[in-house]
Amino acid sequence: MATPLSLKELSKKEVRITGGHRMCSGCGAPIVVKMALLATDYPIVASNATGCLEVSTCISEYTAWKIPWIHNAFENAAATLSGVETMYRSLKKQGKIDKDIKFIAFGGDGGTYDIGFQSLSGAMERGHDMLYICYDNGAYMNTGIQRSSATPFGADTTTCPAGSVVPGKLQQRKDLTKIMAAHGIPYVAQASPSHWSDLMKKVKKALDIKGPKFMNIIAPCNRGWRSRTDDAILLSRLAVETCYWPLFEIEDGVTRVTVKPREHKPLVDFLKPQGRFKHLFAPENEHLLKQAQDYVDAYWERLLKEEAFFAPKE
Amino acid sequence: MARVVAVTGNEAVAEAMRQVNPDVCAAYPITPATDIMQRFTGFVSNGKVKTEMVLVESEHSAMSACVGASAAGGRVATATSSQGLALMWEELFIASGTRLPIIMTLVNRALSAPLNIHGDHSDGMGARDCGWIQLWSENAQEAYDNMIQSFRIAEHMDIRMPAMVCLDGFIISHSIERMEYLDDAVVKNFIGEFKQLNPLLDIEHPVSYGPLILTDLYMEYRRAHAEVMSKVSQVVLDVAQDFEKISGRKYGLFETYRLDDAEIGLVILNSAAGTSKDAVDVFRDKGIKAGLLKPRLYRPFPYEEIGEALKHLKAVCVLDRADAFGASYGPLFMDIASGIYPYKDRPLLINKIYGLGGRDYMPEHAELVLAELAEVAKTGRVKTFKEYIGVRE
Repeated sequence: MATPLSLKELSKKEVRITGGHRMCSGCGAPIVVKMALLATDYPIVASNATGCLEVSTCISEYTAWKIPWIHNAFENAAATLSGVETMYRSLKKQGKIDKDIKFIAFGGDGGTYDIGFQSLSGAMERGHDMLYICYDNGAYMNTGIQRSSATPFGADTTTCPAGSVVPGKLQQRKDLTKIMAAHGIPYVAQASPSHWSDLMKKVKKALDIKGPKFMNIIAPCNRGWRSRTDDAILLSRLAVETCYWPLFEIEDGVTRVTVKPREHKPLVDFLKPQGRFKHLFAPENEHLLKQAQDYVDAYWERLLKEEAFFAPKE
Repeated sequence: MARVVAVTGNEAVAEAMRQVNPDVCAAYPITPATDIMQRFTGFVSNGKVKTEMVLVESEHSAMSACVGASAAGGRVATATSSQGLALMWEELFIASGTRLPIIMTLVNRALSAPLNIHGDHSDGMGARDCGWIQLWSENAQEAYDNMIQSFRIAEHMDIRMPAMVCLDGFIISHSIERMEYLDDAVVKNFIGEFKQLNPLLDIEHPVSYGPLILTDLYMEYRRAHAEVMSKVSQVVLDVAQDFEKISGRKYGLFETYRLDDAEIGLVILNSAAGTSKDAVDVFRDKGIKAGLLKPRLYRPFPYEEIGEALKHLKAVCVLDRADAFGASYGPLFMDIASGIYPYKDRPLLINKIYGLGGRDYMPEHAELVLAELAEVAKTGRVKTFKEYIGVRE
């Protein structure tokens, strides 16, 4: 009997990533990991791409991981875990392992959208029974807030600094969640730690589905977002409520928006508390704010249309 | 009973892999190694092995998957060449730094640019300092024998390091030779069972692989790696002794040919050693005391033993099938020079770069080199320390 996803029951469970690791206070990433590991009762073996989460949770001779964990390099969390999962199948076939084990790869957006993209795509195509979770904080935070293909439009980063000629990042984000869905894998979802129940249900569901799964989870970084230390949950909630980060899942090709904000808040509510967007509020950059809002609106409308297309007909 | 067969080098390697029957293999095609995995996946598809394949999207992912699979807890093998090895470079250090006994066949091929698919040692030389064990092979028989021994060496409890078995692209990988296969049961018994220490899949005893290690301990890990490497030679010799019992074939750290009383000698790796031995015979017939040394264990390099084997010669030519640009001499030359350096009376050394990108190395080349060495030995004078041979200048 799987543990119900109620706070009462979850509070009794062992947390499989310990406190006392060295992530920055207020970081969204370990919250995501904690929720993901709490969501399931299965034994989990995890891989981890090089990045904040990896360098801060396993500094020799200490580890924060209470589950088997492997870090290999930056671009290959998926390929590495595909090797682990293949060995599991081999040993299971030979009768050397009898337990049911599930596999989760964790990577930041740099290690997932950019340098690890090929390895992720390959592992998904090969059909390994694993869940890849990207904790997306929208830049290379570990190396000091450099632009990634997940960095939002207009953001100020250390490699696309907002200046008098270039007003931050000029491109929209890569739509990785949809790209993963285009692989035709059985389950793809987007989640946010602000909506913990939605996040955990998705992880739980993903792990019960056989084959490759992908989840993209927003993970605020107060250092890179230039926000208050204790605003990770507030900002991830605003990301959802402004439809900047829609919560949806694509199961066997069918799109379903899992959380629809009661009030569709303006994007500036999400942007304003973050120093990385400060320059966008200068009068000469008003058009950039509009451009960002238009993109979010168009994406949200398209998502609702996709959902309607698959909705059961009356 | 051993089976006498006529097979290519790649076929022999694939047969060794079938007999070893690894738990997981990762593969990505690259000429001239492709054929190994084509043949091996044929065994998989027809139930001849228990192996699960990971047919990855690049060599980087091939070695990444091997690292994951080996840490997970089982026997793992792969094969590559040239650009594939170059793409794996980052992962080679991770495999050895994590002490994972992965076995990889390296079918030696030139590196781009310009693009070239033929036999050349630039790939293996580029990876010589990545912490792996390297065994080099003259022919299909040696490639097969080295493959089988490599599992025992890499998995030895004093070692637990990855190993690559090198053979020359096309010249050996695609040429048919007469050789002998061992019986399946003999191979199975020889390599024994493999048990990973601290396997990742042991969920009752969770372990973390791949920590961040900073200034406080990193150097101790490197020192420990160096310590392990210092023990490889003895294990290679012990395994060779056991292998002789099942095969009748004798292996050491290197092979010497008519070297004991020689005054001049060639040092050369892999397939070209065969051609060179014929030239040595020609010179012996003329009454000139020529000999040859062919390294087998190239990493870790047995400096002392090789120095001891060469120290009595008057003149030695090291032939390199790769150049080390900007380092004055070829990579093998530099190792040989280091090996004989401690001796006060030591042979004069010259270096020839030959056969790059599959350029033929003919008996005449070896004979010209031996003639030059005879002159050096007689006069005590060297005209040219390093030059390319068989090249249009």
